[in-house]
Amino acid sequence: MSGDESLIDELLAGEHRALARVITKIENRSPGYRDLVSRLHEHTGRAQVVGITGSPGAGKSTLVDKMAATYRERGETVGVIAIDPSSPYTGGAVLGDRIRMASNVGDMDVFFRSMSARGSLGGLSTSTTDAVKALDAFGKDRIIVETVGAGQNEVDIVRMADTVAVLVPPGSGDDVQMLKAGILEIADVFVVNKADLDGADRTVKELREMVHMRDASPMAGHHGAGAGPSGIDDGDDEDERQPPIVETVAKTGEGVDELLSVLADHAEWLEATGERDARARRRYADEIRTLLRADSAALVEEELEARGGLEGYVDGVVAKETDPYSVADEILAPVAEAVRERRDRRQD
Amino acid sequence: MSTEQGQRAIRCLVAKVGLDGHDRGAHVIARAFRDAGFEVIYSGLHKSPEEIVQAAVQEDVDVLGISILSGAHDTLVPKIIDGLEEYGALEDTLILVGGIVPEEDRDELYELGVAEIFGPGSSMEETIEFVRENAPRDR
Repeated sequence: MSGDESLIDELLAGEHRALARVITKIENRSPGYRDLVSRLHEHTGRAQVVGITGSPGAGKSTLVDKMAATYRERGETVGVIAIDPSSPYTGGAVLGDRIRMASNVGDMDVFFRSMSARGSLGGLSTSTTDAVKALDAFGKDRIIVETVGAGQNEVDIVRMADTVAVLVPPGSGDDVQMLKAGILEIADVFVVNKADLDGADRTVKELREMVHMRDASPMAGHHGAGAGPSGIDDGDDEDERQPPIVETVAKTGEGVDELLSVLADHAEWLEATGERDARARRRYADEIRTLLRADSAALVEEELEARGGLEGYVDGVVAKETDPYSVADEILAPVAEAVRERRDRRQD
Repeated sequence: MSTEQGQRAIRCLVAKVGLDGHDRGAHVIARAFRDAGFEVIYSGLHKSPEEIVQAAVQEDVDVLGISILSGAHDTLVPKIIDGLEEYGALEDTLILVGGIVPEEDRDELYELGVAEIFGPGSSMEETIEFVRENAPRDR
């Protein structure tokens, strides 16, 4: 434990090795990692966190590299977390995003960390959130979280950012279609990368139409028809802000300055409308829920093990002596009982 | 509780350092490591020792595999090892060298802290087994 104590002190003192080690403990869920993260919490809240997602090959890593370099030119320090999928079969992974970090080599003030999606449901978003806290407490001004936008997992990850940028490569329009499934809603900014390629203009146009459609759609609920133009001035409805569309060529760095100023605008908007605090509250609520879910699942798992595992129950279900619902009730009954008993005692 | 239980994976950096552009071997190793269930970070070609050190420290790898086919191991490897030491990362990083290292140079590398040297003809199983057995565990 004392080793972990000094680890946090070293991290706060700016030692890279300690930061790297803390993130490893978070990833591994090493014994005591919870205490580490608890201790980090009071030192967080300074960094601006940007989440970047998009389809494979959209140019995320290259863009992140250029963004980091540009922040550095402005004298700001940067932390990057790049998430790659791992094989569900072996758990192995090749984490390739680091190769693209060519503009920041040898610059320790860009702290780049690759993480793999190590299975467990909800686990990755917890690890990522915790790793971001470590970078934040370390004192990074800017933190970028980069992940392939493929499903709910990724959506959960980028949701913990202050600002979410969704990358769209120019193409047939299929990419834009694909975005509808859940990713459109989370974008604070759209980036059409590889804007020098044919079809970029069309992609921008399609995106623009889609954003308008979203706002006009009766399905969008509070985005009623007649939603005004985007901007800070109609801030009475925080969701009315339309995500701007920025064109970049990550390879050459074109458009990166504009992207950063759009991100800065968004940060200002978050601050001015109180949305930053509202989002932070939502995030903390999500975080607590996720932890509660994982911890109660673990508690049930523990009880299951104490009862000799699932196989015996499965036998009973196969033999039609019992059924899955009854089994679940039976296993959970003592847990539920204990919880309720305590609550009643408190209320007395 | 499962959230305290730990989900450890062996993390490896497969590094190509210096001017040699032959990365077939590094690719094969990276893939074999991945299939063995390791998390592999590949450095890309033509990296400087400083870049390798930066990656090894930030990624907090258990294993650093340096592939050198140029014969420059006697200058590049010491630079990497010095860098790791500077960041306090030398002690718990398993350092492997792959490539062509003449017999007479080997002792010097071992003395610097290289755990093993895998030359041509080394089997993949042998390498993976070595990593499994020697990767630092106590984290």
